Amino acid sequence: MTAAPIIAASGAAEDYLSVDYGVRSWLFTRDHKRIGLLYLMSITGAFFLGGFFALGVRLELLTPAGDLMRAETYNKFFTMHGIIMVFFFLIPSIPAVLGNFLLPLMIGARDVAFPRLNLASWYIYMLGAAFLSYTVVSGGVDTGWTFYTPFSTLYSTTNVMSAALGIFIVGFSSILTGLNFIVTTHRMRAPGLTWFRLPLFVWAIYATSLIQVLATPVLAITLTLVALERTLHVGIFDPTLGGDPVLFQHMFWFYSHPAVYIMILPGMGVVSELITTFARKRAFGYTYIALSSVAIAVLGFLVWGHHLFVAGQSMYASMVFSLLSYLVAVPSGVKVFNWTATLHKGSIEFRTPMLYALGFIGLFTIGGLTGLFLAALGLDIHVHDTYFVVAHFHYIMVGGMVMAYLGGIHNWWPKISGRMYPENWGRVSAVIIFLGFNLTFFPQFVLGYLGMPRRYWSYPDEFQVLNVLSTAGASILGLGYLLPMSYLLWSLRYGEPAPANPWDATGLEWQTPSPPPRENFERTPVVTRPPYDYPGPEAQRG
Amino acid sequence: MADHAVAVEHVAHQFDDAEQQKLAAELGMWIFLATEVMFFGGMILAYTAYRYLNPTAFAYGSRQLNVVIGGINTGVLLLSSFTVAVSVHAARHGQRRLLVAALVATIVLGLVFLGFKAVEWRHHYHEGLVPGVRFTYQGPDAAGVALFYWLYFALTGVHAVHLTIGIGVMAVIATLGVRGRFSPAYYNPVEIAGLYWHFVDVVWIFLLPLLYLIGRHAP
Repeated sequence: MTAAPIIAASGAAEDYLSVDYGVRSWLFTRDHKRIGLLYLMSITGAFFLGGFFALGVRLELLTPAGDLMRAETYNKFFTMHGIIMVFFFLIPSIPAVLGNFLLPLMIGARDVAFPRLNLASWYIYMLGAAFLSYTVVSGGVDTGWTFYTPFSTLYSTTNVMSAALGIFIVGFSSILTGLNFIVTTHRMRAPGLTWFRLPLFVWAIYATSLIQVLATPVLAITLTLVALERTLHVGIFDPTLGGDPVLFQHMFWFYSHPAVYIMILPGMGVVSELITTFARKRAFGYTYIALSSVAIAVLGFLVWGHHLFVAGQSMYASMVFSLLSYLVAVPSGVKVFNWTATLHKGSIEFRTPMLYALGFIGLFTIGGLTGLFLAALGLDIHVHDTYFVVAHFHYIMVGGMVMAYLGGIHNWWPKISGRMYPENWGRVSAVIIFLGFNLTFFPQFVLGYLGMPRRYWSYPDEFQVLNVLSTAGASILGLGYLLPMSYLLWSLRYGEPAPANPWDATGLEWQTPSPPPRENFERTPVVTRPPYDYPGPEAQRG
Repeated sequence: MADHAVAVEHVAHQFDDAEQQKLAAELGMWIFLATEVMFFGGMILAYTAYRYLNPTAFAYGSRQLNVVIGGINTGVLLLSSFTVAVSVHAARHGQRRLLVAALVATIVLGLVFLGFKAVEWRHHYHEGLVPGVRFTYQGPDAAGVALFYWLYFALTGVHAVHLTIGIGVMAVIATLGVRGRFSPAYYNPVEIAGLYWHFVDVVWIFLLPLLYLIGRHAP
């Protein structure tokens, strides 16, 4: 990507990790790379806490009778699983960890535009997490992560207030991160780095940030109204006082559907990087992949009504929302076809990040196509609120986003830590996670189609075989997730020291030492070439 | 250039020059204001839906508001936007005393607005028009009137919170102005704070007709 790579001899400049080892130097850091690592530690904690609640859900569903826990406890388990995974893991996962670490490096900047705000957003996340932890300790919430009224405002006796407050607060962390990234992308690019020379990851993060900035405030006001309704009983969502609970659903999904794209677009950005790196090829249809991210962000704001097909929405509105939901498949399809075309005739290396990326493409495609089933007015009525929906969004969020996140962590681990991870263990983890994931969630498509509703703690006997398969898959998946956690930690001490550019990739982040110095680059890079400027296959053979 | 040294000392390490820093800060504030539009937008959506469902109740509720106080307050806020514009002008031309005077005038006008608002709220409390706290209205469309007043308090309350924050920000800017932190080469914070103040003003320009004026022409 650069004309003149500026690789310093290792040890020339002090790297960002060894500048200072004190705790204070981490807690008061304004270095985007360290803030990314603070997020990495926090969201890893959230991931395993959310995973614990998922484990509870799957264990309860091992047998048809509700025997492991009471129905009320089960409600709390799936609610806490959803809240933690959505708001405290998935939404900050790629943007706050990899985005923070990589965005300034990829655009040749010394830091994000507002480093203090960046650190503040982590503290805001931790404050939100403190309220969430209090919620868990004080008995949890049973409303589902969707907080539907009037149950959340009138009837639930659990600690809705502290959970809503925690999500309200963590939303501002998300808004500030998005704001920071938009300004950084606009104002901090290195000389010569035009918009259409940006890595596709930057495009994806930029589109994600637009959604974070424009959708999250609506969630904030919605949760404020729920909290006020709950304390003052003023009737805004209470039908007995003239209010309309469906208004809540509109406002909630106006945020939460775009939030689904907050949870997948960054994954698509990571996969675009991984595919080009390990196929050693220019991205096929670069412009289309870049703009499809923006198209998904825009269309994502116009489809929320497909969550309300059975909520008494007018048939006319439902038809429009159904059509618009189909349209989202177009930019998503553009991406999948372009990735496939990039692979075509590439010199593919099946390294760990590539395995995760290929897993992503397969699982995302299944998740996306089943989304079309749900956008269809007639079919949605059959599978609404069944395990079909659960399987669909887990294919997108876990099969898609978590695979991409782990692929990205592996790909940039040498840059982040300065150490190589053990390649064979990495490949094993990717395969185990892929198999465990499919075993967990594919049976749920069948269960949903056969009519098993979501959010119940017991079910008829004939569904047991599929549920046992799903729980068995979940245990494999859980082990699969522990594996990278273990060997990545191991590699911090015993891994081989990483060279500046272990994958021979073209991005600016690889043109500086691993780990990078505090200011990222010795000299500000000047970009003179298009992105992914890999030599053609002929040159490689020659 | 004499101002150059002043400008350089205010440039944070991540920026190349003062110009880049200024443009970044401005864009950041505009994006923040976009999030604020969405925040108020949620409440205005609720207002739209319920006004559509309860037109007569909303007109009745609106007629009970004191349009004279609302009008005076609008004038007060517009005047404060003028003094903010003066402060930015003064900072750009290095007129420190005018800068501080304009900022103090802005703060005073903001406090006057809040004072009038408090008088209005107190009045509503005595009339029993505060849903959830003291609501005694028993007439026709009581539920619709309660929704109107509930949205009225939510919108004006959140607006007042924003104005209070604005007053705090202006106090900080004024203090920095007294200490001579700004110069024609570096007055970015004055401009950014001014953008926020104008936004809070514009929100009120939308709230006035939505809350005070809709009942005027209804039967």
